[in-house]
Amino acid sequence: MTGIVSYGAYVPRYRIKPEEIGRVWGANGAAMGKGLMITQKSVPAPDEDTVTIATTAARDMLDRVPEVNPADIGAVYIGSESHPYAVKPTSSIVAEAIGATPNMTAADLEFACKAGTAGIQAGMGLVASGMVKYAVAIGADTSQGAPGDALEYSASAGGAAYLIGNENCIATINKTLSFTTDTPDFWRREGMMYPVHGGRFSGEPAYFRHVTSAAKMMMEAMGTTPADYNYVVLHQPNGKFPTRAAKMLGFSDEQLAPGLLTPVIGNTYSGAVPLGLAHVLDQAKPGDRILVTSYGSGAGSDAFDITVTDEIARFKRDNAPILDKILADPVYIDYAIYAKFKETIKMPEEE
Amino acid sequence: MAMVSAREWREIPGRYNLIGSKCGCCGKIFFPSRSFCPDCRRAGIGKMEPFKLSRKGEVYSFSINHEYSGFNGRMMPYAVAFIRNDDGVMLAGQLVDVDLDKIEIGMRVKAVMRKLNEDGAAGVIHYGFKFVPDNE
Repeated sequence: MTGIVSYGAYVPRYRIKPEEIGRVWGANGAAMGKGLMITQKSVPAPDEDTVTIATTAARDMLDRVPEVNPADIGAVYIGSESHPYAVKPTSSIVAEAIGATPNMTAADLEFACKAGTAGIQAGMGLVASGMVKYAVAIGADTSQGAPGDALEYSASAGGAAYLIGNENCIATINKTLSFTTDTPDFWRREGMMYPVHGGRFSGEPAYFRHVTSAAKMMMEAMGTTPADYNYVVLHQPNGKFPTRAAKMLGFSDEQLAPGLLTPVIGNTYSGAVPLGLAHVLDQAKPGDRILVTSYGSGAGSDAFDITVTDEIARFKRDNAPILDKILADPVYIDYAIYAKFKETIKMPEEE
Repeated sequence: MAMVSAREWREIPGRYNLIGSKCGCCGKIFFPSRSFCPDCRRAGIGKMEPFKLSRKGEVYSFSINHEYSGFNGRMMPYAVAFIRNDDGVMLAGQLVDVDLDKIEIGMRVKAVMRKLNEDGAAGVIHYGFKFVPDNE
């Protein structure tokens, strides 16, 4: 049955706290952080971008399955809203860096924060139909948030990679379905540096409607209730939204907490649900059942019903660092260093 | 100065995946890749094979650079190092995501993909290996 053969995750080492961002803009950063349930967010180093984050996650993914020949990867899909090039795929660079080229297909996907899970769905289709042996789906971002805007307190960087296949799956994907509408709650026009959002509109008719609808549709289709799942992983633009959505659906804090990383790394956009699921898989045991629901503005949610298999006991997870190890030992930076890293300081023209 | 796309493309195997070459005659490994073994000379012709080097190794020597150097302007000061990889091959590269006062000779490191440079805002982005501490 089609499922997850391996996974890898990565979050840059640098962090900034909401108090520090608020200090610069004359806002109450502590209150902002508390309202969003975010204590700090990750910041990419000046030499990191979606390509380097995706490559690191994908290499860790392959290090955990040394028996898999990268040449057997038939598709690489990378979901992001911060692809380094407007035209020139991220996916071909990453595919080259993991040794999957040239007998394969690749494409960059974009659906706000859910392009990574859309990649998993596309990969599942190719694998289940027998068109390819393995597909790689990656969600990674170096998110943009306008200076001084509420998004600046959350927009962060990170990503996770999934190897989808039919054999030796550490977790089977029992079913996937989606809930999609035209809802303009958040967007970025071509050539614009920062996204625009609809404020409170991004909550009720956007995030909550799509996430709860997709999750309920999945439980109805599978004949399950929240009690049937050990873990729930929801899209996490902040800590508050998934906490409230989980409650609305009838899940407990214990089911939500292991897959909720935003409070300590911020909103990694396309990386958010892939990273939350990776943190769950870092500790999952055979038989564990996981409900996953992503969300992308504009708007849609992809739901997945996942069961962890006995294979996870043989899985060489320790061949790459687990997320708790990656997140240990962060380096805290002030807003001046943050501005330098984010290239918001104007530099002299190169000769 | 902008690197032409053809050169960027030619160097990809080495810069992304540490693909060097191995002499089928004497077994010596070269990085960057060579098409000719300087030891075996004529005897090695046609026997050089691509060889993928280990991404892991240790610091052989290092230096902290305080001099502004293009793309690294936002990462000053930065460390450069000679890394002896686990195949015994010497590699030169930047050492990043590291506390500069904690770098030691013999420290375990691994190669990761990072941005090396970019040809301005409109040009090609050059990716390649740099080293980070290996805490595994």
